[in-house]
Amino acid sequence: MKRTRWVIGSIVLVGLVTGIIIYPLPFLFFQDLPYLSFVGRAIFILLLAAVLCLYRINRGPTAADRIVAVDILGILIIGFCAIMTISTGRSWYMDIGIAWALQSFIGTLALAKYLERKGLEE
Amino acid sequence: MIDTLGLIFIIIGLVFDVFGCLGLVRLPDVYNRLQAATKCVTMGTCSILFGTFLIVGFTAAGMKALLCIVFLVLTTPVAAHAIARGAHRSGVKLWSGSVVDQYGEDREGEM
Repeated sequence: MKRTRWVIGSIVLVGLVTGIIIYPLPFLFFQDLPYLSFVGRAIFILLLAAVLCLYRINRGPTAADRIVAVDILGILIIGFCAIMTISTGRSWYMDIGIAWALQSFIGTLALAKYLERKGLEE
Repeated sequence: MIDTLGLIFIIIGLVFDVFGCLGLVRLPDVYNRLQAATKCVTMGTCSILFGTFLIVGFTAAGMKALLCIVFLVLTTPVAAHAIARGAHRSGVKLWSGSVVDQYGEDREGEM
């Protein structure tokens, strides 16, 4: 049973590495191909990472796990805004990113102080 | 050429993001998850923003990306430290395979 889980996990890891590193490589060396399709694929990879964060928010045993996952989700959205800046050429996506970083920092500090004082039972 | 360099930076950032979130799912403890996810995802997002700056150039969006890198590097360790301190004070147990807990020893010395 444990060996089966190891085999499935290693297959998933090799698939991730292939999909992230190997597959976009032709777009780097043939510049006549438009790299907007690469940017579209990067958005899907960021959505995969966001789904992993949402799994931790759903299953987290304590409240601190959920706070960590929400913080990480906020940082991922800044990278999403940067990729949307390349894709569309509008500069106000980076304004959204800066404002989101500020709000995420303040919100995380407030949640951490509340957790320290109260204990936040499940 | 500079576009290719920017795309390479973005690919490195995406790899760091995905493996940081994988650590957020797979590791056993709040503190392990915190150190895996925070460092990896901060590095990955800073790499994505630097690649954006290399592709876009010295325009408004590029300068905002540099400003966002500075802000992210300054604020994320503070938030992670506050979460770890709050979790330890609210009584979250460490993983059973943990070796040392120096903050707990210091708090026992206080009391």
